[in-house]
Amino acid sequence: MQLIPCPWCGPREEAEFHYGGQAHVPYPDDPAALSDEEWAHYVFFRDNTKGRFAERWNHNAGCRRWFNAVRDTTTYRFESVYRLDHPKPVTP
Amino acid sequence: MSPRTPGADLPEHPDALWRNPEPKRSYDVVIVGGGGHGLATAHYLAKNHGITNVAVLEKGWLAGGNMARNTTIIRSNYLWDESSGIYEHALKLWEGLEEDLGYPILFSQRGVLNLAHTLQDVRDSVRRVEANKLNGVDAEWLEPDEVRKICPVVNTSTDIRYPVLGATYQPRAGIAKHDYVAWGFARRASEAGIDLIQDCEVTGFTTEGDRVTGVRTTRGDIAAGRVALCAAGHTSVLTDMLGIRVPVQSHPLQALVSELLEPVHPTVVMSNAVHVYVSQAHKGELVMGAGVDSYNGYGQRGAFHIIERQMAAAVELFPVFARAHLLRTWGGIVDVSPDASPIVGRTPYENVYLNCGWGTGGFKATPGIGWALAHTVANDEPHPLVAPFTLDRFVTGALVDEHGAAAVAH
Repeated sequence: MQLIPCPWCGPREEAEFHYGGQAHVPYPDDPAALSDEEWAHYVFFRDNTKGRFAERWNHNAGCRRWFNAVRDTTTYRFESVYRLDHPKPVTP
Repeated sequence: MSPRTPGADLPEHPDALWRNPEPKRSYDVVIVGGGGHGLATAHYLAKNHGITNVAVLEKGWLAGGNMARNTTIIRSNYLWDESSGIYEHALKLWEGLEEDLGYPILFSQRGVLNLAHTLQDVRDSVRRVEANKLNGVDAEWLEPDEVRKICPVVNTSTDIRYPVLGATYQPRAGIAKHDYVAWGFARRASEAGIDLIQDCEVTGFTTEGDRVTGVRTTRGDIAAGRVALCAAGHTSVLTDMLGIRVPVQSHPLQALVSELLEPVHPTVVMSNAVHVYVSQAHKGELVMGAGVDSYNGYGQRGAFHIIERQMAAAVELFPVFARAHLLRTWGGIVDVSPDASPIVGRTPYENVYLNCGWGTGGFKATPGIGWALAHTVANDEPHPLVAPFTLDRFVTGALVDEHGAAAVAH
């Protein structure tokens, strides 16, 4: 089983984690000002990148804390993990 | 019982079923994706609309993606009118497809049982049966003793963690031989003069204003009058090239087969609560599937713990399978939409048509969507059966919410 490096607990088995989808999708600054189309994009539309993808994970059978990861969606390999309040790492 | 060679009774195939042409520099219609949906669309463009200056571009080999990786379940017992419309149309076409294609597809209407394991399951299932009947879809609610009569190997005892409280039954549902279906469509399309071009990956599009003028491929640029996208899990890769956002997420979906066994399982059984679906193929393998892997993935493989849970569910429901050996597992990439319904029709480009979001259930729709998408492309107007499945519904809010409602298995 693939090991996922939880930034707080270290490497743990994949089955302990819950997937949270695309990272860095901010809540709208002024929700009342959004058009229907903008709302639709906030609620339903996410990137579906083939390759390096920044996404949210939760270690729900461990420390139960959320974190972000950059993972390659073709190899499933984790390239880096980082805290939610940190910016997306710059990768070559 | 006399010994028999597994598969000995299956049909022989001719050496070559379709031409393998060089791409021309221009076509009236270019279909991107040579899987079931792309091939079926090509067939119906020729058959129903007389449009044969068509190319189907496939980056690998014909029908080598999800068409080669699914569990071949065909049914139309969906909850909502919009869904039962397109899936029932597909099922009616399946019923005449062997004749239409002049090719054996081993369509076997052995029925599907969707098991209910909780009181809420029972309520939802009965509601769905009533909705199906109103839509002219054959459906009945069965009590556990009737489930046992139809499929004696299902564990209907009351002392299991999720006892079988009943099931919905669609007798006209069934399975088909997925490869033969693809080959049948491919042969007919090729005979009609349509070019099926393999090893031809689309790498970009040429555009002029809000029209696409052609596709760039690994085998050169090809001009296109109209373009239909039938790329399933790779749809986003194409729409990203066009700058169109589509609300699908690509996930691995795994399936597996057991070694060949004597016929023990007469029907198709699906269970959403313990999450497995099982049929027995013509040769004798048990074919099983479950839900998608949770994370986005394009790798055509998934995590082993998903298989492990699926097996646990299968053995709970079918104790007789406990000693069957796993022969092979595989994964396909499915494009899942927010409401678990497909996204078909127009795009912001006036001559590009979208067909995606079928998620885990695209195989059963193959002839239906081919028919409806061909109509949409030929007439530049959505076929009534796919009109509800626009990209626009995520803005208007007119979703076709089949999550859980329709025995959708994800």
